Amino acid sequence: MRSKVIFSLSTPYRESMKIRAAEFGDADAQPCCAIVGSMRGNEVQQTFIAANLVGRLRELEREGLLNSEKRILVIPAANAFSMNIHKRFWPVDNTDVNRMFPGYDKGETTQRIAAGIFEAVSSYAYGIQLASFYLRGAFLPHVRVTDEGDLSRESLEMAALFGMPCTLLHKPSTFDTTTLNYNWQVWNTHAFSLFTKATGSIDEASARQAEDGIVRFLTHVGAVREEALSTCAETEIGEPARIEESSLSNVRSERAGGLFVPLVGPGDCVVRGQALAEVRDTFDGCVRDTLRSPIDGRVFFSRSAPLVNQYSIAFKIAPQ
Amino acid sequence: MIETVFSAELPVSEHLTIQKNRIVGLGHDKEGSGRRLAIVTGVHGDELEGQYVAFELARRLKASPELLSGTIDIYPAVNPLGINSIERSVPMFDVDLNRTFPGDEHGELTETLAAAVIGDISGADVAVDIHASNIFLREMPQIRINEISADSLLPIAPLLNVDYVWVHASSTVLESTLAYTLNERGTRTLVVETGVGMRITRDYGERLVDGILRLAASLGMWAGRFRAYRAPIVSRDGAVSYLNAEAGGIFLPEAEHGTPVIAGQRIGIIADTLTGEVTQTITAPTSGLLFTLREYPVVYPGSLVARILEDEQ
Repeated sequence: MRSKVIFSLSTPYRESMKIRAAEFGDADAQPCCAIVGSMRGNEVQQTFIAANLVGRLRELEREGLLNSEKRILVIPAANAFSMNIHKRFWPVDNTDVNRMFPGYDKGETTQRIAAGIFEAVSSYAYGIQLASFYLRGAFLPHVRVTDEGDLSRESLEMAALFGMPCTLLHKPSTFDTTTLNYNWQVWNTHAFSLFTKATGSIDEASARQAEDGIVRFLTHVGAVREEALSTCAETEIGEPARIEESSLSNVRSERAGGLFVPLVGPGDCVVRGQALAEVRDTFDGCVRDTLRSPIDGRVFFSRSAPLVNQYSIAFKIAPQ
Repeated sequence: MIETVFSAELPVSEHLTIQKNRIVGLGHDKEGSGRRLAIVTGVHGDELEGQYVAFELARRLKASPELLSGTIDIYPAVNPLGINSIERSVPMFDVDLNRTFPGDEHGELTETLAAAVIGDISGADVAVDIHASNIFLREMPQIRINEISADSLLPIAPLLNVDYVWVHASSTVLESTLAYTLNERGTRTLVVETGVGMRITRDYGERLVDGILRLAASLGMWAGRFRAYRAPIVSRDGAVSYLNAEAGGIFLPEAEHGTPVIAGQRIGIIADTLTGEVTQTITAPTSGLLFTLREYPVVYPGSLVARILEDEQ
C-alpha cells in the first residue's frame, strides 16, 4: 500500500486540507477501481466503510491476495475540512463538493477540490462512491447505477457482482449532472454508488455488508484473488432485485406535521394499507395521521428524523 | 390583497407559508388590463436586496392604484424560513431552492413548494426574479440571461434600469432554476442580480422599482411616473474576466467597485495576518468595468475576488 496525498489546499487559520488516498497494486499498473468514501462532512459511515476497506486490502496485500497488475485507489475522507467541524457541506460557502464535478482547477474552491479528486479517480475502469441521501433516514443497502446510455446498462449488469440485495436504477435529473457518479460514467468509468443504513452514525452490520460487497466486486474484476472471498460473510449471491427509481412509491405525511413514530424499518415487507408510522401531535400526543403503504412491497427508505413536516417523505416503498 | 400560495404544517404549532401581495389596478388601459406581472424574490434566504423592492413597489402601487391596469403579484419571500433564520438554503433540508424547480407536487416538501410557486407564477406576462449577490461579492445591478432565452428577453431587459445585461452560456445544472423553468414554460422571466448578501442597497432598490414600473408601462400596465436610466451594457461570457484568489488570507480591495479599471491596475491584495506578508497582489488582466468585487474579506485559494467586463476592442 502506498499512502499518497491526491490534493491539498492551504487556507487561512487552519492546517492545509489534505485529501489522502491509499493505493494498491504496482504504480504503473492499469487503474482498475477507485473508491471514494465521504465527500460530505457528515458521511461518517462512508468514511468508516472506506477506512475499514483500506485495512482489509492492506491485509490482503500482505497475504499476497491482491493482483499487483491492477491498481486500486481508496479515498476514505475527501472533505476533512467539513467533517472536522461537523458541517455537511463546505464550511465557507455551504457548497457541496459532490455538486461540483468534473470540477475546474482554476475555478472556485470547491470546484478546485472536485477537479483534484476527479483527476485522481477519472482514469479508473470502475468507480465506487459511498453515498448518502439529503433526507435523514436509512436505506435498504443497495447499489445505485445512473440510467444514462449504453455504459450504464453494462454497469447495471455488473452491479450484481457486489452481492447486495438490490440495485436501483437512477434516472438523473438536471441537478444530478454535476455529481461524481454522473461524471464518472460520462468519462467511461463504470460508476456505482453504495448506500447503507447510516450516514451521520455508524451502522456496523450494513457497513460490513458494503465492505464485503466491494471485496466481492474487486474479486470479480480480477483486482483481488478469489481466496479473499473467504473474508466475506457467507451470503447467498443471487440476482439482486432491480428497482427502477420511478417505481418507488413515496409515502408522505400528507395531513400533518408532528412527532414521527415509525412502525417499520428498511427491508421490512409490508402490505397495502399497512400502518407504517404515526404522526403525533406535539401538544397533546394524539395521533394526527397514520401513514399507510399504498402497495405490497418492501421498505426501501425509512425516515429517521424524529420530527416530520406535512408533505415530507417518510418512506419509499419498492414494489413486490 | 394578501394571498397564500403554499402552506405546509411544521411539527410544532406553525406553518411554512408562502404569501403574495396581489395588487389589482383600477386603471382601464386597453392593452394593460388583463395583464399580469410577477415580482419574485427571497428564493435565497440570505439575499435581501429584493425585500426593499417588494416593499417600495407595493407602497407606490397602493398609493396610485388608478395608474395601474392589470395585476402585479409581489412574492417577497419564496424561502420564508431561510429569510427568517438568515439561511441561504431551506432550513432543515440544506437544499438550494433554486436547484429544485420545477418541483414535484408529490415529492418532498421543498419540491412540493417549488411546484406550487411555479404553478402560481406561470401564465404571467413577465416575471422578474430578484436576487442579491451572496455575502461574499458585491454586484452592480445586472440582469443575467441564459443564451437560449436571449431572443425573448433581450428586448425587455434594458427596461429594468440595470447597468449590465449578461447573456451567459447554457448549463444543464441551471435548468433547475425558477427562471429557467418559467422561461421554458413560456413565462418570460428576467433574473436580476444586485448588491450584496444580507444587506440592502437602497439606491439600487429604487432604480429597480423604477425599472419595474418602466417595464409595466411598456406593457400598458402603468400610466404613472418612473425614472429611466441609461441603456445597459450587453455582453456575452467571452467578455468577462474572472479573478480568483490563489492564496488564502484576508482580501483588502484597492479598486473601487463599479468603476472602470485599466489592465495592470491593482484590484487588491491578499494579506497573511500572522506574518504580515502580502501573499498575492491581484491586478486587472484587462481594461474594463469592475462589476463584481469581493465584499467578504476571508479568502481561500479559488475564492472569486472580482469580475471585469472587458472594454470593447
